[in-house]
Formats: sequence, C-alpha cells, structure tokens
Amino acid sequence: MLSIKNLQAKIGDKQILNGINLEVKPGEVHAIMGPNGSGKSTLASVLAGREEFEVTGGETTYLGKDLLALSPEDRAREGLFLAFQYPVEIPGVSTINFMKTAVNQIRKYKGQETLDAVSFLGMMKEKMKLVEIDQSLLNRSLNEGFSGGEKKRNEIFQMAMLEPKLSILDETDSGLDIDALRIVANGVNKLKTKNNATIVVTHYQRLLEYIVPDFVHVLYKGKIVKSGGKELALELEAKGYDWIKDEVAVA
Amino acid sequence: MSKDNQLLEELTSKEYEHGWAVDLETDSAPKGLNEDIIRFISARKNEPEWMLEWRLKAYRLWTKMTEPKWPNVTYPEINYQDVIYYSAPKQKATPKNLEDVDPELIKTFEKLGISLTEQKRLTGVAVDAVIDSVSVATTFKEKLGELGIIFCSFSEAVKEHPELVKKYLGSVVPMSDNYFAALNSAVFSDGSFCYIPKGVRCPMELSTYFRINAANTGQFERTLIVADEGSYVSYLEGCTAPMRDENQLHAAVVEIYAMKDAQVKYSTVQNWYPGDKNGKGGIYNFVTKRALCFGDNSKVSWTQVETGSAITWKYPSCILKGDNASGEFYSVAVTNNFQQADTGTKMIHIGKNTKSRIVSKGISAGKSQNSYRGQVHIMKRAEGARNFSQCDSLLMGDQCGAHTFPYIDVENNSAKVEHEATTSKIGEDQIFYCQQRGIDEESAVALIVNGYAKEVLNQLPMEFAVEAQKLLALTLEGSVG
Repeated sequence: MLSIKNLQAKIGDKQILNGINLEVKPGEVHAIMGPNGSGKSTLASVLAGREEFEVTGGETTYLGKDLLALSPEDRAREGLFLAFQYPVEIPGVSTINFMKTAVNQIRKYKGQETLDAVSFLGMMKEKMKLVEIDQSLLNRSLNEGFSGGEKKRNEIFQMAMLEPKLSILDETDSGLDIDALRIVANGVNKLKTKNNATIVVTHYQRLLEYIVPDFVHVLYKGKIVKSGGKELALELEAKGYDWIKDEVAVA
Repeated sequence: MSKDNQLLEELTSKEYEHGWAVDLETDSAPKGLNEDIIRFISARKNEPEWMLEWRLKAYRLWTKMTEPKWPNVTYPEINYQDVIYYSAPKQKATPKNLEDVDPELIKTFEKLGISLTEQKRLTGVAVDAVIDSVSVATTFKEKLGELGIIFCSFSEAVKEHPELVKKYLGSVVPMSDNYFAALNSAVFSDGSFCYIPKGVRCPMELSTYFRINAANTGQFERTLIVADEGSYVSYLEGCTAPMRDENQLHAAVVEIYAMKDAQVKYSTVQNWYPGDKNGKGGIYNFVTKRALCFGDNSKVSWTQVETGSAITWKYPSCILKGDNASGEFYSVAVTNNFQQADTGTKMIHIGKNTKSRIVSKGISAGKSQNSYRGQVHIMKRAEGARNFSQCDSLLMGDQCGAHTFPYIDVENNSAKVEHEATTSKIGEDQIFYCQQRGIDEESAVALIVNGYAKEVLNQLPMEFAVEAQKLLALTLEGSVG
C-alpha cells in the first residue's frame, strides 16, 4: 500500500529525514519509535503533505500513485489520514459542520453522491459510539476549549467518519490518562480491517499494549536503524534508546 | 434548517456576476447641481410645493458645508458638478400591476434573481423594486393594506401620505446632520417608505432592491420607517450594481423612528461593485443610517454584511431615548484588493436602563484597509445603562490593514460598559488541518471565515443568510496568503 524508498526531507536549512525506507501492506500495523528529534513527526508531516518540509530525495508510492505529487487534500481524499499530535482549533466551525464538509468533498472526489443532513447524522451517531464521544462535544466549535483527551478522541472520531485506508497516528497517546488511552486505542482497534493499515508514531511502549503492532521500527537521526516485531518495543522500554545509538555509532 | 449546516457549494473565480447593464431608454437630468436641477427632479416626480421647499433648504445648507475628511479612507476629489443627479427609466404611466410594467424592466429584475411573480408565489416577501431612482412595482400592497401597513416608494408616500412624511422626515437625520445627508436631502431620488400601525406585527419580511444602471448616476436613496407603538417589522435591504470605470457616488439616508414597545429589524447585504483588482472603479458608499428609539422599551437591530463598494463609509446608529430602549449592531465588513472601509456604529444612551450590543467582524484581505469606528456615549441622566461591544479583525495575508477607533464616553457612573477586541490571522495550521481532511484550500478559507462571521450571519433572516455566505466566499476568493 505504502512504499517509501530513500526519502529525504528538510525544513529550512535543517536536513531531518536522511533516507527512510519503509513498506506497509494492507492489514498491517507499524509502530515508529525513536528518541526526540529523530524525525518521527517530520515523517508524518511529510507523508501528509505539509508544505514547510521540502522533500530533497527519494520516492513514495501510495496505492500505486506518486504520493509526493498529490496535494494534501488529494492525499486525504485517496484515504490517507493523519491524527495530529496537537490538533488545532477552528472557532465558529462545529465538528459536525467540519465533518460534513470533509465527508462530502471526499465523496464528490470519488464520484459518489453527497450525503444529506439526515443520512449524515445517521452515520455520525453510529461512529460516535465507537469513540464514546458525546454529541454535545461535536456541536461545539472544533477543538475549542477541549481537553487534551477530548481532542485526541475527536481525532479518532474523525478517523472513524472518514474511513481512511492508511492512518498515521502522530503521538496520539501524548497527554492521555489511562482511561482516555484505552478509549482511543479501542476506537483504533475497532476500525482496523484487513484492507487498511496503520502507522503509529510513539515514544512509549504503553500505547502498543493496546494497539498491537506487527512491526516496530526505530527512527534515529532521520533513518530507520532497526526493525523488529512487537518484542522490540518491550526491549526499548527496558533498555531505553542508548543501546541503539551505540549500535549505530559502531556501524 | 440550521444555518450551521448551510455550507458553501460553489467557489469559482467568477467575475462580478452582476456586471452588466440593461439598455433602457433613460430620462436623465443634465450633469451638475444647482437649484434648477433640484426643481427638475421635483417636477419630474410631481412633488408638492412643500417637498420642493424642503429640498431647496437642504441644498442651500449643503452649499455652505464642507466635505468631511476625517475618515480613514483616501479617494480622489469628487467633482460634484460632474455627476448626474437624476435618471429614471422611461415608462408610459405608473403601473397598477405587473402586466403594466415595461417588460425590459421585468427582465432586469429576473436577471437579478428577484422576479416579482416568483417572489410573490414562493416567499411571501413583498418587494418594492427600485431601479435607477424610480420604484416600479410594489407587490402585496393589498395584503399589507388590510393590516393598515403602508409600504410603498418614497415618491408615492410624499403624495399619498404627506402628513406622515412631513411629521417624520428629517426627525432622525436632520438635513444639517452632515455633508452627505444634506446632499441627499436635496437630491434624493426615491426609496422606501414604511409605516406600521399600533400593535401590528408585520407578517412578512419587507424588502427593497437597489440598482445603479446609467453611468455617472449618483444614487441618493431615502428610506423612512416609522414603527408605531407595539409594532414589529423586519426589513431587508440588498444591493447590486453593474461594472463601471467611473466611480459612482451612493449617498443614502435611512431613518427609523420607533415608538413605545416597537421593534424594528433592519438587515442589509451590500454587494456594490468594489472596483477591479487594481483598485480602479467601484462604488463610493457614503451612507447615513440612524434609528431613534423614541418610545420606552423600543428596540432597533441593525445587521449588515458589507462586501462591496470601493469605499464604505457608514455608521448605522441608535439613539436610545426611551427608557429600557435597546439597540443592536451586527456587522461583517469584508475588504479585498484595494477596497477601503470605515464603518461602525454609534449608540447614544439617553433614557434609563438602556442597553446596546455591538458585534463587529472585520475581514481584510489583499491590499485593503478596514476600519471599525464606534462610539458608545452614556449621557448624564442615563441611569443603569449597559453596553457590550466586541470588535474582531481577521487579517488574510500581510498587505492588508485592520484598524479600530473605539470611542467610549461615560457621563453616568451607574453604567456598565464592556469592550473586547481581538485580531487574528487565518493560521496555516488551520488550513492544513482542513486539507488533511480532504477539504481544498478555498473551501477551507470559506469554512473558517463563515465560522468567524457566524454570530453576525445568524442574525440575518433566512433569505439573506445563504446569499451572505456565498458573498463572503466570492469576495475572498484568491485572497489566501
């Protein structure tokens, strides 16, 4: 589904990604871990199409298409979803209104009929249950005055509404207490199918107890330096990142 | 249906869609302004002697006044002698019903999307269509007549209801009030007159459309609304104008007189030609709008969405004379390219326990300049006055300007006056968030701007709300920076 070959990217003068190689197939869950500054969020942003980052080399194929040639909204319409680490607020625009606009633009792109208000609300009620989110929250302006947990739940709610093929969760667990973490993870797990894939970017192994990865990759200085199964995450939890840094230094 | 869910469907880079002119035979005065022109206008309209005298008095005052220069706008000197002050499409006689109306005129209305027959059938809105200084057809007169409501052209009111006109004309905006009010009082062409009798609630929204057709014609509309005790009326004003190279002056006057327990809601969606991308051409909109909340418990609410005009200069205001009177002002003013706006309101608290509420949302884009100028004046004997003002500015891009000139004058220490102001930019983060959900940039801007202006748009009657949302988007397209 996603094939990244030697991807390099910088922001301003700073080179951050130094040759990422990654293959993601449908039905898989990949975890990306690594110390601060390794380029985890940059990778997520570059895949989503954030303009501040300049791709300086390599290629990325998504569903057979050149991902980097697509505009951010087209990437989204092709089924790529990014759950933001710090979701932004948009005053005056309710989550419901926002989602209806998004859902219908995506449907139009795919040549489908747009949903009227009644059908949309029906779909919404169904998805609300998945993330245990309350309608009152959705009537409010998007993320305005939301707690950290509410913002993250709102991200997963939107993911449920948009039914993406490839979801990238950028440190979705940051700022969440145990219960919120469980609810968010539950939602993500319920949305998993054998046709979609998930990339989970995280520092901590904790989230991976709930969202069990098939593959774990360690990102360091803009490169994936080690890959393994879910045991790798446990190893990192026990030993920290220093041993990886040492391994890389020696090589 | 909630306005919340009325989303923008279309956003194209269309040219100003009302940029066309209809070829009608016009009956125009020669250029320039002097007492003869005034007599010409009055004669053409078959006005009684007292109306002509009133005009002449105003003209003589005007010649002694000087044009004010204090607003935060710049424009080339207006040559008042280089303007045509009267232009009316030729017609056989005043039509009694739609069949008698010049078919070319009806075609114009239909192009504007306000076919009178359509309106009559679908929305129940009575339309008094004004084209080039002459009101043509007035629908629903009979229906309103049954309730005792008078809704007709100003010219007609001068002839049919002179006692009312004489009593209230100039009572809220005297001819000496300001330079442009004096000019308007001298040369006003036509407009609307509305009287709601005691205790009557007008069952439909009253509406007027304006249109400037002939080149170099100034529009000098005069509207007078009188709401008798305990009455209610909601009035809509919407404007369009064709593309022209020469600037056109629009100096209208709107007076609202509200008696005890009366309520008037006045909504405007203004879409005058704003000038081209280089700031050439466009309407000068210098308007005096004022409401006198004369009676106790009276209430007047102004709502405006201003997206057009090269220059907008207007302060719809409320004089809160009666005890417990209340005034409201809701405004979204958009400027793009080289447009300039200096707009706001004045709330004058005179009676006891009066209230006022001001919500102003300015949106600047391109190289435009957008100023809010507001005055809240609590006079000495205004016990228990309360005011809330919120003026927000949204900047799009880095070459536009937003300015705020609030004046707060409190002469009674039992008053509660609150003022909030914010300035913001549309964040790239917000746009990217929308894009990442599959919403393209133009739609994202429209969504965010509508969210920003929501509090004001929610005040508009349903018919206008959709037009207003589309108008906002159309005005701002291509402005994201």
